[in-house]
Amino acid sequence: MLTKNATIRNQEGFHARPAQKFVELASKFTAHITVKKLDGAETDGKSILGLMTLELSKGSTISIQADGVDEEKAVDSLIQLVENKFGEE
Amino acid sequence: MSELRLQGIGVSRGTRIGKAFIYLTAEKEEVQAEETITEAEVADVLARVDQAKQQSFDELENIIRTVKKTVGENEASIIQAQQAFLNDPAFFPEIIKNIRVKKFTAEKSVKQVVAQFVNIFLAMKDEYLRERATDLQDLERRLLKHLNNNRAPELTDIREEVILVAKDLTPSDTVQINKEYIQAFITQIGGKQSHTAILARTMEIPAIVGMGKQVQIINQGDVLIIDGLSGICIVNPDKKTLEGYRKQIAKEQEEQANLAEYITKQARTIDGYLVEIATNIGNPEEAELALAKGAEAIGLYRTEFLFMENNHLPTEEEQYRAYRKAAETMSGKAVIIRTLDIGGDKELDYLSIPRELNPFLGYRAIRLTLDRRELFLTQLRAILRASSYGKIKIMFPMISNLQELSKAKEVLAEAKQQLSDEGIEYAKDIEIGIMIEVPSAALIADRFAKEVDFFSIGTNDLVQYTLAVDRMNEKVAYLYDYFHPAVLQLIKMTIEASKRAGKWSGMCGGMAGDPLAVPVLIGLGLDEWSMDAGSMLKIKQLITKLSKKDCEELTAELLQLGTAEEIKSRIRQFYKENKIKT
Repeated sequence: MLTKNATIRNQEGFHARPAQKFVELASKFTAHITVKKLDGAETDGKSILGLMTLELSKGSTISIQADGVDEEKAVDSLIQLVENKFGEE
Repeated sequence: MSELRLQGIGVSRGTRIGKAFIYLTAEKEEVQAEETITEAEVADVLARVDQAKQQSFDELENIIRTVKKTVGENEASIIQAQQAFLNDPAFFPEIIKNIRVKKFTAEKSVKQVVAQFVNIFLAMKDEYLRERATDLQDLERRLLKHLNNNRAPELTDIREEVILVAKDLTPSDTVQINKEYIQAFITQIGGKQSHTAILARTMEIPAIVGMGKQVQIINQGDVLIIDGLSGICIVNPDKKTLEGYRKQIAKEQEEQANLAEYITKQARTIDGYLVEIATNIGNPEEAELALAKGAEAIGLYRTEFLFMENNHLPTEEEQYRAYRKAAETMSGKAVIIRTLDIGGDKELDYLSIPRELNPFLGYRAIRLTLDRRELFLTQLRAILRASSYGKIKIMFPMISNLQELSKAKEVLAEAKQQLSDEGIEYAKDIEIGIMIEVPSAALIADRFAKEVDFFSIGTNDLVQYTLAVDRMNEKVAYLYDYFHPAVLQLIKMTIEASKRAGKWSGMCGGMAGDPLAVPVLIGLGLDEWSMDAGSMLKIKQLITKLSKKDCEELTAELLQLGTAEEIKSRIRQFYKENKIKT
């Protein structure tokens, strides 16, 4: 199991499109992925509804946890996606 | 596979060959009413919900493609989100869990899961995310739509020529029948005068009822031959049989063409006695068809269909428009509007009439409308208002004593007074009549004759009440016979009473359209004959070939006979003697 933190940098936070991109990428890995907020709320990283309902906005910090054979690659790719503002802006 | 011959009760003539369409009403209604399912149904429901998911996904795919082309990528992403919701591990698996574990119906499962997320979104601070509740609701609508489409098909969905096979057809089913596609129908239950049978004749759709459980042998798509006259239904016929029936169909079409010359002819016997040929309708649109078939009047406008087609009590305005349309279509020809005849076998959900053990002897027709005065007053106002646009007459159903008639007249007087006070026009001299369908009314017809302008004999109920035969019960349907001497006697009394008072009598039951009954009804002096549109030409043709004098002599003879069988065989002999083919 591997966990790393990231900060949301894009303006919208986890709106539909960023959340979708996150889910699309997360779904490419076999590892089980969990996204946690600092306040403890967490969701399945492959659930767009779950991510959206976390109500993550610009500036919030999240931890991305992966558990599985490709956990390292999964966490790194997802952190990169978030830190790069989901390739938008 | 060899052919199979089934026998039922032929209720609407005509031969058709077509593919079977199995329509099961009763079972379908049960499923819709329940909110939970049984263990045995789980697999079916899961399959249905899965199909709806796939259909929704494919539909979204198409929308996304179009939006990308016509609007732009950004807008398409909103719709892509809906697709993502469908594949979300927190969404669809929850719906399946609801079905598997909580035994919810597919619809309830979808609604419950959607509601859960909608509530979360609506509570959010981020306005954009709050808005996403709408996307979920949109997805919900999409899923429910597909779930609904995956149900057993509705009659309105039929888009090819078929022969309908059903347990029974409710009045609301029959109003949905599209003649363009439904060539004929057969039902498991019902008798010659059940409402399904009457409607089949009105719509001129060949039909067989009372087939019993044997209809269950028929499979979807089987080739059927239906002979609505003999009541024979042949399943998967041989080549030779098919050939024979194709010839019969051609002959029928030729006969129909020959009868066409009677459209413009009057129904006058060879010795000059003229009668009026009218038709029964259930909605104003049928008036047009009736005119095209040479109807000289509407002898019975059954207003209950207006009430059955709606899921609410039709307003005065809605009723007025329908009645006015019928009156205007007939342009000066009489339209006899029967006030609401509901109860018995014609139930209305929104009126919440309690179920009765003996509905035909219970709270129905005039008894109900006198009790629900507001409803009655509304209908009478609508009829009166329409009466300025044609020749409308009012008829009260199921009158059994004089008090009922005077009470009905009181309500009519009140409706007239209201309209006068409001300055609304209506035909002040509007004629009123009663149905003679309860034996007590026929027996004291002389007293009724002083109080009304006309009688209309409703043979269907008159036979049922006189002979104590439930016309819906296929086990006793064989006893139902308007040639029973007691029935003929009551008809004779009614017609004679009206003539003595200088009034007239009509008949709006099935007997008026029966070729075999023509000589008796001429003999008894029936003035107005109202029948299904499809019977008019044949009856006119027969009348023009008979003489009143001969028919009177025959009738005097018939009235001495003891059984319906003797009476019918004597009439057949009479036709033979006169070389007339029925």
